Amino acid sequence: MKRLLGLFVLSLAVLVGVSGLAESIKLTVTARAVRGGVNTQLVEWLEDHVFPAFVEWMKAQGKDVEVEFIQFGGSDEALKQQYALDLKVGRGADILGFDGFWIPEFDAAGLVKPLDEIVGPQIWDWEGWAYIPQGMREILGYKGKVYGLALGTDVRVIFYRRDLFEKAGIIPPGSGLRWQPRSWEELLNTARYIKKVLPDVIPLQINAGTEMGEATTMQGWFMVLLGTGIHMYDFESGKWYGEHPGILEALNFYKTVYVDEKLGDARLQLISGARARTFELFRDGKIAMLVEGDWFWRSVLAPGSEWAIPNRNEVVDWAMMPAKEPGAGYRGQNFVTISGGTGFILNPNTAHPEEAWALMAFAFSREMQLEFQKIQPRIRSRVDVPVVGDPVMSEMARALLQYTTVRPMLPGYPKISYQAQLMTERVVSGQMTPEEAMAAYAEALKEIVGPENVIVVKAK
Amino acid sequence: MSRNSSFVLSRSTGLVFLAPALLFIALFLFFPLVWVLIISFTDTTLTGPAALNPSFVGISNYTRLFDPSRWMRLGNFGSALRNTVIFVLGSAVLGQVPLGLAIALAFHRRKGLLREIVFSLATIAWILPGVAVAFAWIAFLDRDFGTLNAVLALLGIPKIDWYFDYPLYAIIIFNIWRGTAFSMLLFSAALGNIPPSYWETADVIGASAWQRFKDIVFPLIRPNLFTALILVTLWTFNVFTPYLITGGGPLYRSETVPIYTYRVAFKFFEFGEGAAIAVVMMTINFILASFYLLMQRRRAR
Repeated sequence: MKRLLGLFVLSLAVLVGVSGLAESIKLTVTARAVRGGVNTQLVEWLEDHVFPAFVEWMKAQGKDVEVEFIQFGGSDEALKQQYALDLKVGRGADILGFDGFWIPEFDAAGLVKPLDEIVGPQIWDWEGWAYIPQGMREILGYKGKVYGLALGTDVRVIFYRRDLFEKAGIIPPGSGLRWQPRSWEELLNTARYIKKVLPDVIPLQINAGTEMGEATTMQGWFMVLLGTGIHMYDFESGKWYGEHPGILEALNFYKTVYVDEKLGDARLQLISGARARTFELFRDGKIAMLVEGDWFWRSVLAPGSEWAIPNRNEVVDWAMMPAKEPGAGYRGQNFVTISGGTGFILNPNTAHPEEAWALMAFAFSREMQLEFQKIQPRIRSRVDVPVVGDPVMSEMARALLQYTTVRPMLPGYPKISYQAQLMTERVVSGQMTPEEAMAAYAEALKEIVGPENVIVVKAK
Repeated sequence: MSRNSSFVLSRSTGLVFLAPALLFIALFLFFPLVWVLIISFTDTTLTGPAALNPSFVGISNYTRLFDPSRWMRLGNFGSALRNTVIFVLGSAVLGQVPLGLAIALAFHRRKGLLREIVFSLATIAWILPGVAVAFAWIAFLDRDFGTLNAVLALLGIPKIDWYFDYPLYAIIIFNIWRGTAFSMLLFSAALGNIPPSYWETADVIGASAWQRFKDIVFPLIRPNLFTALILVTLWTFNVFTPYLITGGGPLYRSETVPIYTYRVAFKFFEFGEGAAIAVVMMTINFILASFYLLMQRRRAR
């Protein structure tokens, strides 16, 4: 017994001694990214370029730093769950890969803090700020404060398989012509035609249901709803649309696609692992049209990723999402899209705020961002970092940034977003009619934000 | 006769010895229980404004659970409760217990390789880690790549979409497979305790299998049958492993109360509402457990 106790005390002493001796600073970074899997490009960029250069750079300043990337392979929703629990108990990695629209909800709960509150006002001395425009700062910003640095912004489009379109005779083979629907009817007619001539192919997947999470709200619900002329939220009055003819039209569009004409596969939207299965089927040429963000192009289908299409540039093309009819879209637009953005924030609980900020600023230096452009070309947050090497990405940005809008940055948004997902789920699964689903949505909205903040516009 | 003389220790000394245990129970059992009860009357969340300033909301978390206009909608409490009742009846009362008894009876007073194989397999299904088992079942019942459908296809039977069309049946079948070993082992031991002379007598008078069951087996293992039913019901009511297979979906059709609680409390971070569900669940568990203890006590008399 005595000997055991002695051993215990000795090991404790050793542990304390070791931790006291260690002068080297260890920083950890996490994000939804796995080498060879989802967002593999992010891991490659950080581990192969940023981290070694940063360690070297710190060494030159006489600081011994160790950096580790913690890979997270689950869904965005699971990552958010992990963060909320980690941050609540004062833990988590020093730098967190974060989706911008989580900020208000986390900030209201005191779980995240603005950069200058964590590190100090010296962050404003960084050279990079001069190149990051206001709009890009707002992606990870809230109430005029900056919480992190965005990797860039995105847009949403219809991705389609050129090879299937050529096989169906919609595009003459080798013509180089592109497909672009001008209204919902044209989009649906294309889907109907594909269903007829290529019966083994799912013509159109547009996200619905809670299993897809925020991917339903952004790539599905918003893309349809904006086409009817309204947004989920009225930025002028600060109120939410609960009942509106536009909501009904959007739900009826879903009903046409998934229930009445079965132009899309509702099962694929609702089954567990829906998003990964969808990626798989698109890769395998079993889905002709899929509404997704540009992330799908530059990361999911990109070489080296889990769902890579080796000849992506030949077989995949994109079109803008049309409004219901020309001019009937949000703000009178012909085409609609919506943007979001992810990036990195500092963990308020970090033991090394200065070094963590140094790493973040280093990763967002022009030099490191140019490295990232080589691995994954896209719209970056620094204006001195152009989109290079991918004409598709630059063309998407050029065509669509003029049409884009954003989600309201409000703490209540995620709950309302879930209700919108549930509303589409109830329609595509046939549980409810569009009218019933809208009524249930309006009822839930009133509970979340209060009846005084819900707009009800009855159909004429 | 003085009361204390029947004890080795005086009452106060006994209390001193008990104190550490009582303290532990208070700290780790009683306190969390009361805490959950308190939280269930607030709108506490993990994210959003209510996380910093939770307020007292009375019994509204409870009334929302039982709101008759929508509690039976998919993804609400009533629907989860109904799923749980079907799950418990199907996999415990009609599944594990009768099947466990049947296996125990089939191999009673028998030795040999077959018995060893069946007992080993059932026990392995019971003790394997949940995650590994869940993965195996996903692979087994998947519509497109599942082993079962591959076998059915060879027999010319069309594919069955278990996890989409019959998710609740799928987890019931899974849970029968998973937990039958407990009943099997319990009944096997119980049967072993029946004096051999009873069987010999039955042999001599030439009793049929049904007569043996009715007049020997059933009366003698009735207490064990009762124990198995109550314990398995309690466990099944609280089991979370089906989440690893269906996630409660699709469309919340396989969502049982434990999964519902998890979703509300740890996916939506509605701690107040989650606590209210937990309190309702604890109450149901408490009633089941009290029933069990009461019957045990009655039997002991």
